[in-house]
Amino acid sequence: MFSEEQIKRYSRHIILKEVGGKGQQKLLGGKVMIIGAGGLGSPIALYLAAAGVGTIGIADADLVELSNLQRQIAHQTKDIGVPKVLSAREKMEAMNPDVRVNTYHEWISAANILNIIEGYDFVIDGTDNFAAKFLINDACVLAGKPYSHGGILHFVGQTLTFIPGQSACYRCIFPTPPPKDAIPTCSQAGVLGVLPGVIGMIQATEALKYLLGMGELLASRLLIYDALAMTFRTVQVRRNAHCPICGENPTITELKDELDALNVCDLGQK
Amino acid sequence: MNLTVNGKPATIGDKDTLSITELLAELKVETPEYVTVELNGDILERESFATTQVKDGDAVEFLYFMGGGR
Repeated sequence: MFSEEQIKRYSRHIILKEVGGKGQQKLLGGKVMIIGAGGLGSPIALYLAAAGVGTIGIADADLVELSNLQRQIAHQTKDIGVPKVLSAREKMEAMNPDVRVNTYHEWISAANILNIIEGYDFVIDGTDNFAAKFLINDACVLAGKPYSHGGILHFVGQTLTFIPGQSACYRCIFPTPPPKDAIPTCSQAGVLGVLPGVIGMIQATEALKYLLGMGELLASRLLIYDALAMTFRTVQVRRNAHCPICGENPTITELKDELDALNVCDLGQK
Repeated sequence: MNLTVNGKPATIGDKDTLSITELLAELKVETPEYVTVELNGDILERESFATTQVKDGDAVEFLYFMGGGR
């Protein structure tokens, strides 16, 4: 059971009657895979570590850059040039030695994603390009893995939780990726530094609720946050019978990389 | 025509009905070629935008790609 230190560390969870010692044990036994160690991934990784999620995977091939530090709070000035996954792991382990952090210093692809997400209870999309976002969706649909989608742009963000066999997937709403560079996704677009924090925290909340088995998930509800209007809105989305991957007659039956959706700037500015 | 657009009441034009394509133009929706349209809770196929009509009382949502995350 819990050590004295753990009882103190997790006391604010344990005294919540809805969580309690049993819930904290579920978190310590939980395994969450975070794809992307940037704006969304940073707060997700730190809060899930603080909450005592026992096993956290984090995947990203990038190195920390100065321009990341305006929002990617797992990384510090001293980390410039360090792989993001190692920088994030250092902060997570320093915050909570109970947490085992598995790092994947690589880009996800059709070739490796199923191996990476295997063994995790819940997957979180913290990536910054449509190729990755569609790949994560497809892999989670095909593998029957629940996951949280997150996307941000300028001052607006949105998030959706996918529960296999029950709720709408990303392709139910957006059947195919936009052509490359049609929609700004990267450094050219700009983003208010706190925005990924807000969306990432909601994604982390969904992961904790999933592990605890409590509350209402954002399943078949797309939450849209507008930082300028300061509004949160949820749009009901139904499962789409014509969805190319989870519909009645799926046309996507195996993973492939959506190379057309890779933005030039996602690659060229590394 | 009175619609609910993105959760807010909106009075659109002076016609009784518009196609989705016409509505996108009327509202000057940005990048209409990439927007997903939900009519009364159902996601519409892009091919049906020209033939699907909205009428008084309908609820329309425009959903946009958001690709950022880092």
